[in-house]
Amino acid sequence: MITTLSKDNVSITREQDVVPFRNRVKEQAVRIGMGLVNQTKLITAASELVRNMIRYAGQGEVRIEVVSKGREAGIRLIFSDNGPGIPDINLAMQDGYSTGKSLGLGLPGTRRLVNEFDIKSTVGQGTTVTILKWKNG
Amino acid sequence: MGPFLLVTIQIDLYDRLALNLETDLVNMVHKTGARGVLIDISAVSIVDSFMGRILGNIASMTRVLDAETVVVGMQPAVAITLIELGLSLTGVHTALDVERGMALLQSKLDPDEELANDNDNDVE
Repeated sequence: MITTLSKDNVSITREQDVVPFRNRVKEQAVRIGMGLVNQTKLITAASELVRNMIRYAGQGEVRIEVVSKGREAGIRLIFSDNGPGIPDINLAMQDGYSTGKSLGLGLPGTRRLVNEFDIKSTVGQGTTVTILKWKNG
Repeated sequence: MGPFLLVTIQIDLYDRLALNLETDLVNMVHKTGARGVLIDISAVSIVDSFMGRILGNIASMTRVLDAETVVVGMQPAVAITLIELGLSLTGVHTALDVERGMALLQSKLDPDEELANDNDNDVE
């Protein structure tokens, strides 16, 4: 049972919002005492996802949550946009696959950096990606 | 410093700034005729796939202009994250710190001298 202890919404409308957003995530990660390596993994994952959001949907919103399960605390990030959506999620999750001009590491790479990863997308309506990193995960 | 450009990235860059850095550096190599570029990322707290690609681009672009690029000072947490993300920075020379990076650049410029002086752990 995962309990949400606090939440904070950040809207992303342009590229310059990315660095302040990363700092907000870092603040929360530091607050729960997450170690530097896990912090770096979480923030890197967040950076990949927020870039996808800007690139494909133009803008979106991220909810930053501090969560707990038993004695373990973690950070959950929910990225939602109203962009074009992803027609084939399985394909998008493959290493090296990209429709844009990237290396195609974004989604599969991001999944490797976090403990939980969930993606829901409807073509024409948008995409929601949820990631969770436990403090000691 | 000799024929090398030293670039210290002091802040976390958003994508546009990273692209500007790429362009500025390549122009600078052309303008100064530098034979090496040393990029110090010790103050950078994350390197994601975009930043990784920029570092790779800079290395390839400067190489075409006859200058080698060495990235130095990567924090351990950044190195761990990069590899798990799936980026191995292929084609980018790296060194632990500025001093070793300089030695590496010097050795590329003058391989004979390197053989004579080289008695520490090499970075390549």
